[in-house]
Amino acid sequence: MNWISNYVRPKINSLFSRREVPENLWTKCPECGTMLFHRELADNLNVCSSCDHHMAITPRARFTALFDGGIFTEAKVPEPIADPLHFRDQKRYPERMRAAQRQTGEKEAMLVAEGEIGRTRIVAAGQDFSFMAGSMGLYVGNAIIAAAETAVKRKCPLVLFSAAGGARMQEGILSLMQMPRSTVAVQMLKEAGLPYIVVLTHPTTGGVTASYAMLGDVQIAEPNALICFAGPRVIEQTIREKLPEGFQRAEYLLDHGMIDRVTHRGHLREELISIVRLLTGQPPAVKGDLPPPQPADGAAKTDVPPAAAPETGAAKT
Amino acid sequence: MHYLEFEKPLAEIEGKAEELRALARSNSEMDVEKEAAALDRKADGLLKDLYKGLTPWQKCLVARHPDRPHCSDYINALFTEYTPLAGDRNFADDHAVMGGLARFNDAPVVVIGHEKGNDTKSRIERNFGMARPEGYRKAIRLLDLAHRFRLPVVTLVDTPGAYPGKGAEERGQSEAIARATLKCLEIGVPLVSVVIGEGGSGGAVAFATANRIAMLEHSIYSVISPEGCASILWKDANKMQEAAEALRLTAQDLQQLGVIDRVVKEPLGGAQRKPKDAIEAVGTAIGAMLKELGSKKPEALIRDRRQKFLDMGAKGLAA
Repeated sequence: MNWISNYVRPKINSLFSRREVPENLWTKCPECGTMLFHRELADNLNVCSSCDHHMAITPRARFTALFDGGIFTEAKVPEPIADPLHFRDQKRYPERMRAAQRQTGEKEAMLVAEGEIGRTRIVAAGQDFSFMAGSMGLYVGNAIIAAAETAVKRKCPLVLFSAAGGARMQEGILSLMQMPRSTVAVQMLKEAGLPYIVVLTHPTTGGVTASYAMLGDVQIAEPNALICFAGPRVIEQTIREKLPEGFQRAEYLLDHGMIDRVTHRGHLREELISIVRLLTGQPPAVKGDLPPPQPADGAAKTDVPPAAAPETGAAKT
Repeated sequence: MHYLEFEKPLAEIEGKAEELRALARSNSEMDVEKEAAALDRKADGLLKDLYKGLTPWQKCLVARHPDRPHCSDYINALFTEYTPLAGDRNFADDHAVMGGLARFNDAPVVVIGHEKGNDTKSRIERNFGMARPEGYRKAIRLLDLAHRFRLPVVTLVDTPGAYPGKGAEERGQSEAIARATLKCLEIGVPLVSVVIGEGGSGGAVAFATANRIAMLEHSIYSVISPEGCASILWKDANKMQEAAEALRLTAQDLQQLGVIDRVVKEPLGGAQRKPKDAIEAVGTAIGAMLKELGSKKPEALIRDRRQKFLDMGAKGLAA
């Protein structure tokens, strides 16, 4: 019981044993092949620092970077019935679900959060491509409706980040019915006169594009994101000809008048703050490092380690 | 008569009966009626058996049967004063979608539907019922017209899906479908929909986001074609029978799931055998659905339609 065994030894041990060693310290950019150090890549929001290739980012990581001080509250999404069709292909649907949950640590393919960006309250919904290709089933439908309802209740804009291979086939017709269901959510925002901003990320395809992802008041896309109804392979098989370079990519859609802007992930936050404040008649945001807002209640959830977040005491509300 | 793969035994019997009768016609002394009638009875029995337990995949085949009555057949038989209206006012008139003003039981309505065509020439002209953005934008225009002039809308759904083409994508296929679905949700008039053949994914939703949805007994409505689903989930397009089974795309399953409101009975052997009967049955269903909605106020129609879709998915299929 002395200073060495109580303090020094645990400290030394923690230095060696408890330090988390990420499995992969380096990621190879699939576009230019540059090896990127994981921390640097995360700081750069999963954008390659040498060629600006936008890699996938989870909604949780995105929201942590998006919201002031990385602080947001998760909105509750009503739980739908599981496996309504008792679907089985080569595997049972519940097995596929469990595998996706294990792999991602998330419950489903969409995360809904509320918080402030540049001191402007918003609701954000992010689709998670790593969870069963972000596919839209009952849960995603419920999440969009919950996001719209929360936005209406708080009288604030909804910013939605789409990423999906389309509808969740394992929920059959009920996944298709998420097209009209999510459209009802968009209608709620329209009626309440609240801005609905869509950020299309790579890839956004199928029934998702053909419903809520194309109904935004402002449509922004991340560079080079594939955005389409029918995928390029299906089209090539149908028309039996080679498709032009860049077909169905964000820039191509911009050229064809289908979206408003193509914005680098690194500039998205600033741009969203500006657009949201312009649409809601608020004065320009004060630029610079904004302190985080005071958490609204005990339910407030921080997704960054305390050391990375500025002292909450410093925030003047 | 076009026979489907599973109808081959039937084709044999009916063929024999036909042969006998042809023989009798060329030789007046022969009396084959008795034998032929026996074959007819046998064929009837077989038809009944075949159609009693159609598998989901067989239903897909029936739903796509080339002799099945199509949208234009229904419009010609059930509506009067049909006045087609064309074009999306932006780019083109899409012949995969037909629609316009008409009377149903003397009352003015707007009717919109997918038309697949019935021979090579018309199928190409109609693009096999696969609409391009112009088709959905034409529908949006007609839905808007119906709303402004307080005319109920009848939509007839029969499409393999929206057209997956280069131009269609460039002109905003997904945006057009999304806006059509939104427009369906916004109009303050009764909107009833009947799936008469194939309800193919988003291309069908754009017309079928309705107050009341009916399906013909052997029609299908699905998020993806069984072939497409098989190639993605089974990595083998030949597993379409399994996929059709798993997707639960039949009218009967959809009614159990609360996605559709009624199943319209088809004549024995499918709508293609007795088109007139099938068309009449659809007419009765349209009439009944419009009647159910007739007294509702615009706000109630919009609210109820919305709620109908919000409530969907509350119940699954029994284990």
